[in-house]
Amino acid sequence: MSSTEYPDLPPVAADAHGSARGTWLLWAGLMLATVLTWRLGEGSGGLLLAAIVLGIAFVKGAVVALEFMALRHAPALWRNLSVGWLVLVCTLVGIAYWKGLA
Amino acid sequence: MAELAAFAAFFAAYAFTRANHVEEFNLAQRALNRDAGAFNTLLLLSASACVVRAVQGALAGRARAAAPWMLAAILCGLAFLGVKGVEYAAAFAQGITLSSSTFHMFYLSLTFFHFMHVILGLVILTALWFGLRAGRYGPRNMNGLESGAAYWHMVDLVWLILFPLVYVIH
Repeated sequence: MSSTEYPDLPPVAADAHGSARGTWLLWAGLMLATVLTWRLGEGSGGLLLAAIVLGIAFVKGAVVALEFMALRHAPALWRNLSVGWLVLVCTLVGIAYWKGLA
Repeated sequence: MAELAAFAAFFAAYAFTRANHVEEFNLAQRALNRDAGAFNTLLLLSASACVVRAVQGALAGRARAAAPWMLAAILCGLAFLGVKGVEYAAAFAQGITLSSSTFHMFYLSLTFFHFMHVILGLVILTALWFGLRAGRYGPRNMNGLESGAAYWHMVDLVWLILFPLVYVIH
């Protein structure tokens, strides 16, 4: 037994980090969303583009936080902090973009 | 969380400064290599998926067999640094510095702050790779592996906002 083992803790649930198939499906979705953002960047810009790109970034971030970090299974505090961070950042960027249009 | 708070403040500062210098930011952003930024996003996401596969392997009691996934994640991270390095070299060759413009001050400092986090993340992933090779992790000993993996995902998460904010939205 290594010194870093915690024998009193219950083992981590076998499905806490999802399955190989689920991980690769999420990965494929994230890659497609990135390519979409990439292509949208070549457009003429504007509020709609900013809203779509921010929306995609929010969903990608939520997938990484909740699924890859496995915060979906973590205490609500960690889940809320990570999703709250995304909401805060995307909202601030959206407001600033709107302000720049004025 | 301290890092996420720092990046949130940085992102907000960029966005609200841009609101007062829209033309200047749009012009400078157009000169960025968006292809390199997008490719780097694909690399970080792939690294994250490989880290998840390594964690899944350790959780299933197959830490040694999962080690190559961690190595693959490290290689994706190194490729990210390489692409970013080429971008920096091109910028410096054009004489771009922190004082070239407000946009470039933000671009260089934001991306370099993130770059340093990628380096630290790679140091952590390398330590985890050695741990996996030694069979140190398993269903009853996941704390170190999960914590290190979470740090890497945090670095990825920050880039998922940084890329559209600095390279795409205009």
